[in-house]
Amino acid sequence: MQFGIFSVGDVTPDPTTGHEPTEHERIKAMVTIARKAEEVGLDVFATGEHHNPPFVPSSPTTMLGYVAAKTDRLILSTSTTLITTNDPVKIAEDFAMLQHIADGRVDLMMGRGNTGPVYPWFGQDIRQGIPLAIENYALLHRLWREDVVDWQGKFRTPLQGFTSTPRPLDDVPPFVWHGSIRSPEIAEQAAYYGDGFFANNIFWPVGHFQRLIELYRRRFEHYGHGTAEQAIVGLGGQVFMRKNSQDAIREFRPYFDNAPVYGHGPSLEDFMAQTPLTVGSPQQVIERTLEFRDYFGDYQRQLFLMDHAGLPLKTVLEQLDLLGEEVVPVLRKEFAALRAPGVPDAPTHASLKATRELVTS
Amino acid sequence: MRIAVVTAGLSNPSSTRVLADELAAATRRRLGGAVEVDVIELREHAHALVDNLLAGFPNAALKHAIEQVGSADGLIAVTPIFTASYNALFKAFFDVLDKDAIVGLPVLIGATGGSERHSLALDHALRPLFGYLRAVVVPTGVYAASADFGARGGDTAGLAVRIERAADEFAALIRADLRKPLDDPYADVVPFEALLNNAG
Repeated sequence: MQFGIFSVGDVTPDPTTGHEPTEHERIKAMVTIARKAEEVGLDVFATGEHHNPPFVPSSPTTMLGYVAAKTDRLILSTSTTLITTNDPVKIAEDFAMLQHIADGRVDLMMGRGNTGPVYPWFGQDIRQGIPLAIENYALLHRLWREDVVDWQGKFRTPLQGFTSTPRPLDDVPPFVWHGSIRSPEIAEQAAYYGDGFFANNIFWPVGHFQRLIELYRRRFEHYGHGTAEQAIVGLGGQVFMRKNSQDAIREFRPYFDNAPVYGHGPSLEDFMAQTPLTVGSPQQVIERTLEFRDYFGDYQRQLFLMDHAGLPLKTVLEQLDLLGEEVVPVLRKEFAALRAPGVPDAPTHASLKATRELVTS
Repeated sequence: MRIAVVTAGLSNPSSTRVLADELAAATRRRLGGAVEVDVIELREHAHALVDNLLAGFPNAALKHAIEQVGSADGLIAVTPIFTASYNALFKAFFDVLDKDAIVGLPVLIGATGGSERHSLALDHALRPLFGYLRAVVVPTGVYAASADFGARGGDTAGLAVRIERAADEFAALIRADLRKPLDDPYADVVPFEALLNNAG
């Protein structure tokens, strides 16, 4: 099982001090956080993609390319890559390039984005969100698997004899996750291709995501990629820890109360009861995260949201120390012991390459 | 058979609740003893409604109320008229419903106010709201002003007649049972080939 962190890349003032980092500080902080993720033994760093303030990560492969040079083991990923408004040709090129730079330590998560105005900035229309996600990914999927592509669709100019360069490293396309918080169509899409499905469950109650993940698993089996239990599932999580749980709650409460997404709404206690947010001791985080398996079955990737709502870099780095030293080693052991036989790990470049060699030999 | 009653009165006791209860009782007399009535006092969900607007999901109690409305055979919806329209609590509840949650559901609308001058709020505010949600609103809406509850010079018989007429229409619509079951997008998935053909 893979453990990692995902970042939204928001620039948010620290509500306890009023300090607002510059874009430069925030971008450098994200890079520091990514490097820290490897240092503390995590497997994955994923950056979001946004094209409007107060968010900084508009150019994920630029950032991930730098992180690739500064790390050795870490898988570089996204949360998410906008399959609706990016040209699939450019996604194919950018992430194949990143694969070469990073020696294969790359996967990515497709998402539609949720901001209406961003679509026209890139010549698209949010009302076509699902059809864009379906068509653009169908093209991307071919560009990484066919050396020469003839193609015609609704949303971009046709391609005639087009070769996307560089070709994927070792002719192994990056593994793709499809992220969704509510669309059954995206679960169906992930199942059809046998790709991963990432349910970013951090803001919504568990029952909703059980239905979405159950749909993905059922259709994964339907399309012949394996049993429902073997489908590749990723989940989000959101935690804040101190040795003493009361200290964690006291310290995190002002960040929660003023957070851009849910601030000034439900109480911290209500939100913890209703969503995966866990504010408490490392042991509480371990217990809560293990419960995800009870709700959703064996899964392959757990990403935590750690750097948001104006938390200072120093605090985030302390959180990563706790995550890497006290939480993840226990989770690795416990999840491995619980996992049903026959449930695979998340695909990596190495595993996909080995499978490919097996098939072609 | 089950009727949901949504009442947005703010005081306790509330004349809005009194009207809601009378509408429910009149409906029950027509449909017989097996009718269950779930009363949802929005005041009890006031904070949860704002939390839902901000966080995007309901707490457990509000979720239960939303499900009671969505799965009912008929809905009685009653609000006090504030500033020429339904009050904010009433609107907040219908704002957090899924847009398809009450498609085809028979709805009996009622409102209360200090004077008769606001009675058209039923037709310029409540009726369009339920029109958007594609619910089926009965022709008679029931408005009750202070005078209808027995103030000096009031005509309480008029209110009773309107309640009975509205309940007649509402019960007939419920008996007709015209509501189609909702699609469940997580159970009845659109196959990928169909999605692809639609896109390409």
